[in-house]
Amino acid sequence: MTGNHQTLALVLFSAFIAVTLGITTWVSRDRHGSAEEFYAGGRLFSPLENGFAIAGDYMSAASFLGISGLIALFGYDGLLYSVGFLVAWLVVLFLVAELVRNCGRFTLADVVAARMSERPVRIAAGTSSVTVSVLYLVAQMVGAGSLVALLLGRTGAAAQCWTVVGVGALMVIYVSLGGMRATTWIQIVKAVLLLGGTVALTVLVLVRFHGDFDRLLLTAAERSGHGNAFLAPGLKYGADWTARFDFISLGLALVLGTAGLPHILSRFYTVPTARAARRSVVWSIGLIGGFYLMTIVLGFGAAAIVGPQAVRDSNAAGNTAVPLLALDLGGGADSTGGTVLFAVVAAVAFATILAVVAGITLASSASVAHDLYASLRRRRAEPRSEVAVARAAAVGIGVVAIALGLLARDLNVAFLVGLAFAVAASANLPVLLYSLFWRGFTTRGAVCAVYGGLVPALVLVVLSPVVSGSPESLFPGVDFQYFPLQNPGLVSIPLGFLAGWLGTVTSAEVPDEAKHAETEVRSLTGAGAV
Amino acid sequence: MQFSNGRAGGGDGSGTADGHHEARGPASTDVSGDVRFDDPWYDALASGWGGAGQVAVPAARQEQDDGATAAEVYLEVQRSAAFRQVRGRYRRFVVPATVAFFLWYVAYVVAATAAPGLMARPVAGAVNVGLLAGLGQFLSTFLLTWAYARHARLRRDRAALELRWDTQELTRGARGGAS
Repeated sequence: MTGNHQTLALVLFSAFIAVTLGITTWVSRDRHGSAEEFYAGGRLFSPLENGFAIAGDYMSAASFLGISGLIALFGYDGLLYSVGFLVAWLVVLFLVAELVRNCGRFTLADVVAARMSERPVRIAAGTSSVTVSVLYLVAQMVGAGSLVALLLGRTGAAAQCWTVVGVGALMVIYVSLGGMRATTWIQIVKAVLLLGGTVALTVLVLVRFHGDFDRLLLTAAERSGHGNAFLAPGLKYGADWTARFDFISLGLALVLGTAGLPHILSRFYTVPTARAARRSVVWSIGLIGGFYLMTIVLGFGAAAIVGPQAVRDSNAAGNTAVPLLALDLGGGADSTGGTVLFAVVAAVAFATILAVVAGITLASSASVAHDLYASLRRRRAEPRSEVAVARAAAVGIGVVAIALGLLARDLNVAFLVGLAFAVAASANLPVLLYSLFWRGFTTRGAVCAVYGGLVPALVLVVLSPVVSGSPESLFPGVDFQYFPLQNPGLVSIPLGFLAGWLGTVTSAEVPDEAKHAETEVRSLTGAGAV
Repeated sequence: MQFSNGRAGGGDGSGTADGHHEARGPASTDVSGDVRFDDPWYDALASGWGGAGQVAVPAARQEQDDGATAAEVYLEVQRSAAFRQVRGRYRRFVVPATVAFFLWYVAYVVAATAAPGLMARPVAGAVNVGLLAGLGQFLSTFLLTWAYARHARLRRDRAALELRWDTQELTRGARGGAS
């Protein structure tokens, strides 16, 4: 890549950082650390604002870079991500959003702990929330790294490290200074930028093919070298039954994981009522659905215009398909148009990563401070000091995510996000649904549901081909692969539900009718909601 | 508002419960002798059982029953016809809709693995059954979202809001002395 790309992309990206840092300072000018303000932004966002912010939180680099890349490389099999990521929102809309807004205050654990013996449940739910967040953060960091590798060429290994470190440092600044209010505005700005960039690229792709989607698909299939097989399932996940079960496992994790993501759940607390939470989800489904439809066009467009081989040469996992597509659409590597478009896309992708990273960091620091710290050191956990702990936790989580991000930098971003979704669906969703809908659910059941999903999911990932035993794994040199699937969802999600059920039926505790009544009445009417 | 602050506010849970227990201690003897703080609420409930269905009735009783009955209020509201109607409407929409979209999604995923030949069958030009099914998922998601939002707006929101104010009035009365 030429120096022009780099300079322009850096200028645009610096502008984004300047604007968002400005927002951070502006919105936090005379607000001093109440928990309500730090975790929930004062709960005064409108459904429209929150809808954009949810979309901004959700449309991560994984979607923008990863999904398009997978579609460009594997055609139809990449489509599953687009579909799964969107359909998952029905679970959120129907079963989670309003009820969680009505029952909780800041975190997932608030909802569960309301009915149970508080301490063990909070520790369990807090642990799993932090785990999910860190996994998700790693995916974003890897996305940032591969983007920089593309910008600076193959020689930029040191620069890649420094970018990951820089992104981490920036997000810590956003989160610890601005809290939820600043994070939300960054999400909104980023959502607008990302949607704008995606619409522009989609239009350019369609213009290139004179609006003929059929022509686009045919060209993509032709250039891929697979012919019509490129448009049918099986290219990535069709080789044998292991791969097919992997596909089903991923599909389950995608559709059930969203409702267990801590940074998505915490977004519902930023609006005043459950009705507003519902309307923000409706907004975000519209935005996210439109966005994923466009990623399909971009993916096939990258296959048709750039060609899978060029994509693979640039980044084996396909993460750089969209920037390459932008370069080509603008007129090629040496033209002004290509340079500008490439720089815009790179800057938008950076902004995306930063914003998502800030959102997740905030949610996980809330889990650390509000759930873990408050449970383990209850006596000193006044609201004021809780916020201080949350700020410190943001720094700690940033460091962990940076370290893991550097370690995992050769994995596909969308795939890494799939893992985070699997853990969220196994550990967080069962306990959430049980405590909202099951009258007989007990404390022991809740603790079992969390650990019974979390531990198998993590153990299965460690024993999977992702970590060892194949040339693409994290540690190719050793082999402790005992579980054939890359995504653990197919096994660990049912285990989470099963563990919750087993823990409940074997516990001596009599389920508390009154507390169940309270949860049910509050969740459906909003009585007593903060 | 006050109620939930106390309830969900980190460490306050057990403190509040103790308060209830003390408040009730002298007034009514614990039949069970159980130290668990929720049992007195069960006892109190037995008397109010017949009154299920009228949200308004307990209001008069709160005056004497001060402090101990936030839980009783919730139990009463839960048994009231108005709440059961809201819950029924919610469930009658959500359960079938969830089952439907989940099965449709699982069918889509499983068909891609079990019947790739079917999904690869061309429909029009380059578009095959699989791509159409994928777009169908998008379409069904948008439609269900619209239907749910409409259903909730027209059939639940008003009733839920009324229940919310009633319940909050009652719990505020119930907690008058305790908070």
